[in-house]
Amino acid sequence: MKGLNTIGKAAALALAFGILYGCKPKTTATTVSANAAEKTYVAPGQYDEFYNFVSGGFSGQLSVYGLPSGRLLRVIPVFSLDPEKGWGFSEETKPMLNTSHGSVPWDDLHHVQLSKTDGEYDGKWVFANANNTPRLARIDLTTFRTAEILELPNSGGNHSSPFITENTEYVVAGTRFSVPLDTDNGDIPINTYKKNFRGTLSFVSVNKESGNMDIAFQIETPGVNFDLSRAGKGKSHGWFFFSTYNTEQANTLLEVNASKNDKDFILAVNWKKAEEYLKAGKGKKLNVRYLHNKYSDETHSSVSETKNEVIVLDSKELEGLCYFIPCPKSPHGVDVDPTGEYIVGSGKLAALIPVFSFGKMQKAIADKAFEGEFAGIPVIKYEAALHGEVEKPGLGPLHTEFDDKGNAITSFFVSSELVKWNVKDLNIIDRVPTYYSVGHLMIPGGDTKSPDAKYVVAYNKITKDRYLPTGPELSQSAQLYDISGDKMQLILDFPTIGEPHYAQAIRAEKIKDKSLKIFRLEDNKHPYFSKGEGETKVVREGNKVHVYMTAIRSHLTPDNIEGIKMGDEVYFHVTNLEQDWDIPHGFAVKGADNGELLIMPGETQTLKWVPDRVGIFPIYCTDFCSALHQEMSGYVRVSPKGSSVPISFSTGTNQPAD
Amino acid sequence: MNWQPIKPSARILLWICGLSLFLVIILPIWRIELDAPQYPEGLRLYIHSNRLAGDVDIINGLNHYIGMKTLHAEDFIEFTVLPYVIGFFGVAFLITGFIARKSLVYILWVLFVLFGIIAMADFWRWEYNYGHDLDPAAAIKVPGMAYQPPLIGFKQLLNFGAYSIPDTGGIIFIICGLMLTYCAFTAWKSSPDKTLQS
Repeated sequence: MKGLNTIGKAAALALAFGILYGCKPKTTATTVSANAAEKTYVAPGQYDEFYNFVSGGFSGQLSVYGLPSGRLLRVIPVFSLDPEKGWGFSEETKPMLNTSHGSVPWDDLHHVQLSKTDGEYDGKWVFANANNTPRLARIDLTTFRTAEILELPNSGGNHSSPFITENTEYVVAGTRFSVPLDTDNGDIPINTYKKNFRGTLSFVSVNKESGNMDIAFQIETPGVNFDLSRAGKGKSHGWFFFSTYNTEQANTLLEVNASKNDKDFILAVNWKKAEEYLKAGKGKKLNVRYLHNKYSDETHSSVSETKNEVIVLDSKELEGLCYFIPCPKSPHGVDVDPTGEYIVGSGKLAALIPVFSFGKMQKAIADKAFEGEFAGIPVIKYEAALHGEVEKPGLGPLHTEFDDKGNAITSFFVSSELVKWNVKDLNIIDRVPTYYSVGHLMIPGGDTKSPDAKYVVAYNKITKDRYLPTGPELSQSAQLYDISGDKMQLILDFPTIGEPHYAQAIRAEKIKDKSLKIFRLEDNKHPYFSKGEGETKVVREGNKVHVYMTAIRSHLTPDNIEGIKMGDEVYFHVTNLEQDWDIPHGFAVKGADNGELLIMPGETQTLKWVPDRVGIFPIYCTDFCSALHQEMSGYVRVSPKGSSVPISFSTGTNQPAD
Repeated sequence: MNWQPIKPSARILLWICGLSLFLVIILPIWRIELDAPQYPEGLRLYIHSNRLAGDVDIINGLNHYIGMKTLHAEDFIEFTVLPYVIGFFGVAFLITGFIARKSLVYILWVLFVLFGIIAMADFWRWEYNYGHDLDPAAAIKVPGMAYQPPLIGFKQLLNFGAYSIPDTGGIIFIICGLMLTYCAFTAWKSSPDKTLQS
């Protein structure tokens, strides 16, 4: 009896545990929708539907993925050196990384923006921001290369950037870290933040044809942290919205000291008004120093230009330029819905999501429904601008994108989920977990007037067990969800480079046919271009030696070079004579304290080499170009300083001596 | 000589053909399409009356591996002569259409067919030399392998599949030949004695 009793107890216990474990929420495996493979499978040789431009975060680069496959198509070097592609190593690309601080080899690329026309992606350019040494970059979508980098003066930490207006009139940049203006004395105590530190919002104009950027004006603001921003669109076109935190104006332990206020602000900027003030000469010219770097596909070279002036408009003196809207708890994302009427503020620490109405905000301004001012800028009454609040949406809201059915999807870092809710009635429709702790999210066209809302991608901050472990350091993870139905369905999980922040996706048709295949030799205006093998030569100018070299399957011309001496600086100007798609040649020299060159068909690139010893140095093509690629090599002879060995160069004629 | 007139419809045909032949001077006459695993997009060589066009440089670059001669339009006397010969036929078609006598149609037909045969024979000879006259110092040598492209149709040459077909100019030329044959045939059929002589 006793035994039976024990068995009974054990059975009861097992049952209890069974129930207990049964109550445990379903694991991740069960949340994948059954036909996921079918939805994400892009057959070999087939193309993806979307190009997904994903920020590389602390890699400083921009990655390009295909959706829905999640295949990595390319990593475009932007703010960081890339020896593989010679970015920042070739003489032609070195100026691109110049700043007023000198050459900066790395940065933190946070957000991406596709250029827009009439509030829709036009497929011309992608803009990206450097968070550390404040800069903006423009990537050309015919070459998929960085075409321009512009430094921002009066700035510390360019985070609320590079958001753009609906016709790409302006790309903006707001200071995440307020600092004294460049023209002020910076040698001051850090705890004089309130008094001496200033924020600036840069409005950078973009030339419609060339895409060239130029700082049109900056708006000086009180010292706070600007986090993110979005342009108004449609009815709110002409306005720009910036989220702020640290309105406490703390300069230390921000974790605590910048989280005290119940509400921080969204700053609404009337940039059309700013244009008027600018025209009326209300800006003050500041003598600053910043660099502007441009790459030319004609000369295959870049140029750094130092600029010395910027016009600054004062937010507290110029009436009607700026208004603060209170927003709960350190807002991160500030996102504008496709109609331009609703502005969603995501208070990182808030238990609700406020949605503001542009119409109500305009009325509040007209009625002067202000609750006071902050550092000279009117603060609109919270209720007066509020459309409504999404109740209990989740924990740690960060960003919001929009679908084409009047819904919004918001990412929640703390509760690690995406939540779909209706913008008008503010009711929650669906929620789905992310793996883990999503940061940015992206719906193709999610910030345009007409989102192409087939998918949403979650770009996560924590990876843990998603893939095979690779030691302490893991790649980050992204998840693709099908949002075409009522329920968001997880269909794919893929690793990403660096740390992805914002990303955007555009229909492949808008870009793929414009993609360049080769550079035409006829158009090559590089000063050291060799038009053919007949034009190759080696020219000594003092201790500088210029090698005019060509590469074509499967030889370098010249491939035997003598007469280089210790103390020389050798410049290999290599022209790829191919005019055939996808036949790059590479170039490398033994012992060079430099990267390699990867030279596209029709292009000329230069590798600088300072020989460190006397001897014979092999050179070779690094890109397996043809069946005789392994033969594509040569030698350079380095003689002692003062040697009488004359300059000589050849290919195919320097036959073996005994 | 048969000085009987030809039918008005035949005259119109001859005029159309005569004018069309002038187009053949500028349009590509023949094309050779090359496909290989690493050239999914294909390479094309267009043969015009006076020049070569298409991916000539790329083809020349690839062919150096197997020691084929590089193609240069100036190496071929054909590119100097052909435009005039085709121009001559254009004029001859127009004149024949204008004078509109059966005997002239017969003569034109004989000349045109003869030219077609000679042209194709010359083309074959050119392809033969191009495919067989290989540089002994070539990097890739396959014993017994020649690289003569097909005169018409498909042939596999190492990793390249070569497909040789008439292009627009060639098609016009062939149509003109067929039209002329039709004119000659109807002229002959309508002759009471069914002989070419009279």
